[in-house]
Amino acid sequence: MEGGSLVSELFIERLNYCIYVVLLLIGLWAMLAKRNLVKKLIGMSIFQTAIILFYVSIAVKKDATIPIYLAEHDPHGSHAKVVTEQNATGKQDAYHPVELKPETVKGYANPLPHVLMLTAIVVGVATLGLALALTQRIYQGYGTIEEDELLDKLDRADERASQSPIVKEKRNAQRRKSAQQAKAKAAAGSVSKSNTAAKPSSVTKGKKKAQPKKSPSKTSATKAKPKPKS
Amino acid sequence: MKLFSLIPVFVIGVLLLWAGQDFPKWGDVESPASKSPVSSHFIANTGVDTEVPNMVTAVLADYRGFDTMFETVVVFIAGMAVIAILRGSSVGRPRRKDHEVEAEPDLIVTNTVRLIVPVIQIFAFYVLAHGHVSPGGGFQGGVLMGASFILIALSWDLEKAMSRFPIERCLFVAAMGIVLYGGIGLLSMMLGGEFLDYAELEKILPVSREMARYHAMLGVEIGVGFTVAAIMFVLYANLASEGRLKQGL
Repeated sequence: MEGGSLVSELFIERLNYCIYVVLLLIGLWAMLAKRNLVKKLIGMSIFQTAIILFYVSIAVKKDATIPIYLAEHDPHGSHAKVVTEQNATGKQDAYHPVELKPETVKGYANPLPHVLMLTAIVVGVATLGLALALTQRIYQGYGTIEEDELLDKLDRADERASQSPIVKEKRNAQRRKSAQQAKAKAAAGSVSKSNTAAKPSSVTKGKKKAQPKKSPSKTSATKAKPKPKS
Repeated sequence: MKLFSLIPVFVIGVLLLWAGQDFPKWGDVESPASKSPVSSHFIANTGVDTEVPNMVTAVLADYRGFDTMFETVVVFIAGMAVIAILRGSSVGRPRRKDHEVEAEPDLIVTNTVRLIVPVIQIFAFYVLAHGHVSPGGGFQGGVLMGASFILIALSWDLEKAMSRFPIERCLFVAAMGIVLYGGIGLLSMMLGGEFLDYAELEKILPVSREMARYHAMLGVEIGVGFTVAAIMFVLYANLASEGRLKQGL
């Protein structure tokens, strides 16, 4: 009984929300699971479409027309004059648009979600263009837009950067320093081992910080010889 | 990894479907969004306040004018950012890719486009100027106008379209759109109202307060149309040619 009512409530009377949820999930899954950056952007667009549809469906009213005044409510133009002359026979001066009554308000769809989505669509196009430009730039720099290959290339670039003589020298100097410190502490005695164990990790942290500084020049080196991909 | 990412997707899906039961039914007149005093006010009073039959345009350009102004600025900034990202990025790279071939523009296609483009542009102006009384407005008209230039670039090549609408002129037009929008806002401020309070424009226009709002909305929509049209073409031109602004697709 409970389950049956749930099914009718959700899948029959509110089928539109189910469709938007499915669309939204397709977009979300594409953004999470796909490895191609362009496919991720396609997922983002699908996600956006689901939200736009959701907003527009909220604006729907049964037996209502679009949010543009019908001829009899039109505040402007020839129709309006005829109607107001019929209504207010005594008045000479043209027409006065009147505030609509609540019953008439129900006859028009809700304009607010339409306005919000109108701007959202155009701004969505602009941001999609920006995202595509970034993707194109990534392709120019690394020769790929597959996330796996991109991460591989970045790792390799980091590796090579860490092999460079300057970084090597720095790292050796740090190692020597830490070894000396450890020796000095061991000589002082009664130092907890956790302290010395913590030292090397901090050293590696410093090393990692030094790497990105070097990586741009190396990535440009990889850029110079792009791998031909089938 | 792909299976792992299904877990959050399913969790979110179940939560959303569960929440879906509480949403109003399709076409419910009594739904919270439709019953709210804000949208009812817009429907009931747009005619009295502005004499604009199309409530969407009135809400977009007048009641929510501040919002729309900065939406336009967002579009403008996106166009600038695309230029900044792609400019000079392909210097020293081979001019021609494997898939690019030397081909003459097709006779049938170019002649058809020659016929269609003026119609598209006139329709764009119609949608822009008639946005008060029928579905339309600055965003829609601007996109149509930008699409006509993209059509030229697709059927000939990018140089042909760039000779009609160079990138410098694109940026000038886009900036002018925002200046026009902000200028109308500032003008109404100088005439004693608040920023974007168009009713004050009655002091310099020979019309009533309501009609001043009506006409100011048209000016604002033209500004939006300028910016959107120029930026749509900037986006296409840069993305299609990797920032070289030559040859294109």
